[in-house]
Amino acid sequence: MPIDLEDFHLAQLNVAHPRYPTDDPGMAEFMAALDHINALADASPGFVWRLVDDSGANATSLRHPLLEGSMVNLSVWQDRDSLRNYVYRSGHLDYLRRRNEWFRRSDGPFLVLWWVPAGHIPSLDEAVDRLLRLRRDGSTPSAFTFRDSFSYGGAPPVVSPATEGEPRPAWESTKPSARW
Amino acid sequence: MDELDDVEAVGLLNEPLRRRLYEYVTSQGRDVSRQEAADAVGAQRTLVAFHLDKLVAAGLLTTTTRRLTGRAGPGAGRPAKLYRRSDAERQVSLPPRDYRMLATLLADVADEARLDDALQAAARAEGRAEAAGAHAERLDEVVQLLASRGYAPRVEADDARAVEGAIVRMGNCPFHALSESHPGLVCGMNLALLEGLFEGNRHWAPRIEPSPTGCCTVLRSIDNAD
Repeated sequence: MPIDLEDFHLAQLNVAHPRYPTDDPGMAEFMAALDHINALADASPGFVWRLVDDSGANATSLRHPLLEGSMVNLSVWQDRDSLRNYVYRSGHLDYLRRRNEWFRRSDGPFLVLWWVPAGHIPSLDEAVDRLLRLRRDGSTPSAFTFRDSFSYGGAPPVVSPATEGEPRPAWESTKPSARW
Repeated sequence: MDELDDVEAVGLLNEPLRRRLYEYVTSQGRDVSRQEAADAVGAQRTLVAFHLDKLVAAGLLTTTTRRLTGRAGPGAGRPAKLYRRSDAERQVSLPPRDYRMLATLLADVADEARLDDALQAAARAEGRAEAAGAHAERLDEVVQLLASRGYAPRVEADDARAVEGAIVRMGNCPFHALSESHPGLVCGMNLALLEGLFEGNRHWAPRIEPSPTGCCTVLRSIDNAD
């Protein structure tokens, strides 16, 4: 049976360790820009969903026990291009280039991508599990990066977050051709 | 026609009319018709079509077909063949050099080590040094400076000669492949380079203003630079 690509969305988790507490003057400019950055995301073509805390505006108060001290940014997009255009080809880039002012360098990967069935809202546990897989195994079809993206060709992605020994789906690796 | 290699493709530009056509089409930043190209270089349309199609075969230009009149159905005429710059990169170095691979490896390491600040400082200093003595303030001076650095600048202004309210968009990113593989690092560097180049300039300020295609920066005249 042919796979309808519209049946799957791309989830992303990005974690960042802030240099200062969120109410510190050192973070003020970043915190003040958040509403603008998030509004840009919400209005971006292909945006599906993003995680927010009780404030309803952003996720800056959320932490995960396995990622102590890190802010988390979890969202779902229609496809790789829509996410990429927001991250690297919108006003978001102006803040991305200043990441060092607000966040410490991360040891190991800090951004992970994986496919979810359309309509599935990933939990933070599921997302952190994907990041830990990426850190443990490198890019695989169930946890990858922009650099080593996987698209699906022939088999649906495996969704369950913690299935060991899952069959490797017939993914097709799409390395960006721009590298060399 | 078989795929041309880089040397053959670049060699095609040795023909003067073909080179003028290539420069005209690539500087427009949009689809160009045969008639427009013919008018721009002052040559016959059939000859121009021949050369344009040679450039397409070499992968230097690419085509789309579209009806220019907006009409459809009988009487609307044949759709026009339109030309624009191809996304493919051609590179010739004799003797062979591979700076791309070197740059990619260095960018990998710099990204991993988060050397953004050091890279931006170096780029700003480089821009400053380049700018020493050259004061690009008039629109034509600015366009020439950016063109010489490979940005393929395109002016958007109500009055073609007025600085006020003008925006200069970059039709080309000189660091394209690296800006795709390392956007945060490379676009930040690119902005810093331009900031150095236009430091202390009374009329112009570079800004990050990315769009899905093209370069991540624009140059705005100070009075409308937010």
